[in-house]
Amino acid sequence: MYTSKVIDEFKNPRNVGEMEDATALGVVGGAECGDIMNMYLKIENDVIVDASFLTYGCAAAIATSSVATDMIKGKTIEEALKVTNKQVIEHLGGLPAQKIHCSVMAEESIKAAIDDYRANKAKAQ
Amino acid sequence: MENIKRVYLDHSATTPVDPRVLKKMLPYFGEVFGNANSQHSFGQATNIAVDEARRKVADVFNVKPNEIYFTSGGTEADNWALKGLGKSNKGRTEIITSKIEHDAILKTAKQLQEQGISVKYLSVDEYGQVSPDELKKMISDKTALVSVMLANNEVGTIQPIKELASIAKAHGALFHTDAVQAVGSIDVKPKELGVDMMSVSGHKFYGPKGVGILYVRGGVKLENRLITGGFQERTMRGGTTNVPLVVGFAESLFLAVNEMGKNSAKIQELRDYFVKEVESKISHVILNGHRENRLPQNTNFSFEFIEGEGLLFGLDMFGIACSSGSACSSGSLEPSHVLLAMGFSHERAHGSIRFSLGKHTTKSEIDYTVNSLHKVCKKLRDLSPLYAQYNASQQNDLHRASAKRMV
Repeated sequence: MYTSKVIDEFKNPRNVGEMEDATALGVVGGAECGDIMNMYLKIENDVIVDASFLTYGCAAAIATSSVATDMIKGKTIEEALKVTNKQVIEHLGGLPAQKIHCSVMAEESIKAAIDDYRANKAKAQ
Repeated sequence: MENIKRVYLDHSATTPVDPRVLKKMLPYFGEVFGNANSQHSFGQATNIAVDEARRKVADVFNVKPNEIYFTSGGTEADNWALKGLGKSNKGRTEIITSKIEHDAILKTAKQLQEQGISVKYLSVDEYGQVSPDELKKMISDKTALVSVMLANNEVGTIQPIKELASIAKAHGALFHTDAVQAVGSIDVKPKELGVDMMSVSGHKFYGPKGVGILYVRGGVKLENRLITGGFQERTMRGGTTNVPLVVGFAESLFLAVNEMGKNSAKIQELRDYFVKEVESKISHVILNGHRENRLPQNTNFSFEFIEGEGLLFGLDMFGIACSSGSACSSGSLEPSHVLLAMGFSHERAHGSIRFSLGKHTTKSEIDYTVNSLHKVCKKLRDLSPLYAQYNASQQNDLHRASAKRMV
């Protein structure tokens, strides 16, 4: 069963929506697996000034997206890359065993978004 | 907003015990407690109660009392029907079942397969219906048993059991049906259906959990016992008879079948109203299963762009209980095997939600549910990248259309 923190994040998720002026987008998962996470980041001088998400998935997937976007706001990309799924789980006060993959997706979507940012940057140079 | 209401729309999962049933059961927890196998008067008292219960069950199904075996529920009955025949069934080594059975059948069939028994699976059409023609092609003189559920637990589709059973009979094979979802909702008589074995579970029709029956037609011999021990159930199933449960099962079955005409008509009317309301008030919704040929209490929808478990929890916040075919809620990786067997995409299967009504469901509960469903769908779609994608493509289409007009 879910912790009250998971339920709370699912009920009132933070940082929801597509970001018009995002500088990076990380997409992980697929409709086939029942989970898709889109993470939008606005990065200025290697600092994440804003983060938001769109997620198709279960309550845990939505809760981990909410927590992960909140955790990386204000962090440098180096710091954000150090965010692990374990930290996401800790923030939620735990996740049921079969939902651990949702926290892994949250970590992966941060990495995917930062990869996207770096690729865009390299292209621009 | 906190739960202002509690609406239970998961009657296919389980039902509350009818107070009249509970009243019948209560004496057998204390006052009348003897072991039904004991010879003294304490034992005789419970023995009589078990006999009466068995007779009551037999009367409801219009069969003989010695064709009724009490079990711990539908799962045990299903297990026993498949495993009970053994390998000695006239040298027949094959079982035929369908792809949309309950796990109690599918996992048992898989276990038998690992032990060297050949298992074949009937497919279903887009409504979840098995085809008698496919069975005709699949069945052979090697087939020992055909097992097809009477009505599906997820989409409620009612199978052509009479036809399937007569095909089995013509080929000398036995026929078992899992009638767990059907009994108490629609008329079920094993002899009219022509089945040799039938599984029933008590808690689906306002009886207690932990008790069911396997009907075994007289003349059919089960070789294997699942539970060896004492002489209970005419030596076929060991273990001290759980008298209050057996009494409760019989009473709940009797009441459910007696009151079925009245209850099922009311439930079906409400169900049809629910379907109409959902389809007219919520966009991008698909009804799964057959429009008419389904259990009166069952509805199953897929809500596009939304994953089922999220929807289930969203509704739970409004105090509404339903059930999801999403892989996420069951802990397995695959979504509903029933919807996949019906030929639908993983996405549609992931987004499927079952609402099952009961005899106490009211119109105002249905209205509240439709209203809440509308809110939860909107909220989750606003979160959904699939919905954003869909909207973007609609926008593009619009742009293209207007660009065309301008040319």
